Amino acid sequence: MSEIQNYTLNFGPQHPAAHGVLRLILELDGETIVRADPHIGLLHRGTEKLTESKPFNQNIGYMDRLDYVSMMCNEHAYVMAIENLLELEIPVRAKFIRTMFDEITRILNHLMWIGTHGLDLGAMTLFLYAFREREHLLDVYEAVSGARMHATYYRPGGVYRDLPAHMPQVKETRWTKGKDLTRLNAWRQGSMLDFLDEFVNDFPHRVDEYETLLTNNRIWKQRTVGIGVVSPERALQLGFSGPMLRGSGIAWDLRKKQPYAAYDKVKFSVPIGKNGDCYDRYLVRMEEMRQSNEIIRQCISWLRDNPGPVISGDHKVTPPSREAMKDDMESLIHHFKLFTEGYSVPAGETYAAVEHPKGEFGCYMVSDGANKPFRTHLRTAGFVHLSSMDEMVKGHMLADVVAVIGTQDIVFGEVDR
Amino acid sequence: MAKQKSQFVTRLEEFFGTDRIVSVSDKGNMLTLEISAEHWLDVARDLRDEDDFSFEQLIDLCGMDYLSWGQSEWATESASNSGFSRGVSAEGAGRFNWADRPQEPFDRDNNYAHPGRFAAVVHLLSVQHNRRIRIRCFAKDDLMPIIPSLVETWSSANWYEREAFDMFGIAFEGHPDLRRILTDYGFVGHPFRKDFPLIGNVTVRYDEEQDRVVYEPVEIEPRVLVPRVVRDDSRKHAANDKTAEDGS
Repeated sequence: MSEIQNYTLNFGPQHPAAHGVLRLILELDGETIVRADPHIGLLHRGTEKLTESKPFNQNIGYMDRLDYVSMMCNEHAYVMAIENLLELEIPVRAKFIRTMFDEITRILNHLMWIGTHGLDLGAMTLFLYAFREREHLLDVYEAVSGARMHATYYRPGGVYRDLPAHMPQVKETRWTKGKDLTRLNAWRQGSMLDFLDEFVNDFPHRVDEYETLLTNNRIWKQRTVGIGVVSPERALQLGFSGPMLRGSGIAWDLRKKQPYAAYDKVKFSVPIGKNGDCYDRYLVRMEEMRQSNEIIRQCISWLRDNPGPVISGDHKVTPPSREAMKDDMESLIHHFKLFTEGYSVPAGETYAAVEHPKGEFGCYMVSDGANKPFRTHLRTAGFVHLSSMDEMVKGHMLADVVAVIGTQDIVFGEVDR
Repeated sequence: MAKQKSQFVTRLEEFFGTDRIVSVSDKGNMLTLEISAEHWLDVARDLRDEDDFSFEQLIDLCGMDYLSWGQSEWATESASNSGFSRGVSAEGAGRFNWADRPQEPFDRDNNYAHPGRFAAVVHLLSVQHNRRIRIRCFAKDDLMPIIPSLVETWSSANWYEREAFDMFGIAFEGHPDLRRILTDYGFVGHPFRKDFPLIGNVTVRYDEEQDRVVYEPVEIEPRVLVPRVVRDDSRKHAANDKTAEDGS
């Protein structure tokens, strides 16, 4: 009998289950993985270098394009870093708006994750369901910022503008008319908060639907239970954060432990897993969606009762109102300086971290007193999680690689930056 | 809160002594330790293993290049009778291409802000104590920067050190697999260095005649829309003036 040698397989970079442009070099013994070597960087755009050549505010848009399924959370860490260096206080209403949009973003991210993770493991229906709900939240993004994805809504000092008083309605076309149109516009009769209110009342039932499809599904359990087990000790060593760390049973959530925005003013609980396998991480994320829904509900009721400014009145950093510019020289000067040169940030360094849907998203910012960052380093969860790929898939079958990529919730915008 | 912090600082100082850490700084919202390359590994290990510290997680590691620190492209200190200068003195990475990139070495003697050009900055997190700390190590040589590798202490340092090597050319001594990670196969240079042009060096396209991918020098012109200016925070001046008035 001839000697059977290990077989090397190239997975990606163009592969539907690679979640973007991941190239994996897999060394196989039969169908068992001996070694996995991820080759990344195919989406590297040098965001950190680009930020060094632009004034602080012009870089917010780049943050949206890092993890392009949880846009506003990326912005949050970046503007928090600037606010730290400027020692800028933001209005409490802005804090609640940020909290609400962080949680909307978390649901957006987890819906994308459950859709694609399900699709990878053979659950087609869920993908369609998840995208149906995502559409509502993307409409909220659009209503508040004008863009469905790359919002650039958070600004140092608060958020760009207050929540809209009217939710835009769907217009009649040849394809949407009559009953369809009435159904689509049923939630859109009032303000954006009314629309969101309808959404949060409806969404728990939707999560129930997803769970009916998956939680006790035999195929789903066969594909995820006992796959990619990470012990709590290894999870810490490997730098895991977010649902990956909580799935291994460590109760660590920055929203609770190092509260930012208005997280110390809302009630929610942090689900943790037991076994540290793909199934536990699935359960953690499903419960997080329910918790996020409750946080949004609390924010809606607070925001209804407490009108106020949404951006700091320090016009060295935030633009003055258009009206003030018409007859106030100082406002005009502020506006001109802000949009030509930007603002200079005091020399120093800071690290601002948020609980991003995928884990800890941190922004290490160094300023030398100029109107552009001297250096920005973005700590993204996906990069660290992907670096554990070799350890997580070793000894598993080839098909389990797809389950592990899915459970790590990889998005290449943030891995490659 | 402030008192707790100072207790922790005292504990750090008495544990490590002055010979193992270069400096402790409490500026900003995080404690920063500067550690020399000789003690980098053993201080790191103690920070992880000692019960009072127990920083179980290496959250972030990144390279730093302190070349061109504090340089302004548009100094308008005083007005002349012909008005302010519109001319921008070209300095930043967005203003040169690969051929005429600056070649002057980092001036260690006249740069008072930092003791060296390259450094590794690490953010640690203690889940047990809910505490963060930043540690920094400057490489001794600016032409061949070498820093000991932390992979043995924290597994998560692996890819971060590969990234810092790729982007800044900092060699991590003792790293098991120090390859480039983000840049293309066969890439030349270290893109995040301050003397690497923003527009890059080569561009890649598929050539139909040759039936293969070809590399060519970049065609785009270097261009920066907003000059880099360093200004003092006027609010600070106002606050200082106020305290001076109160004092008198």
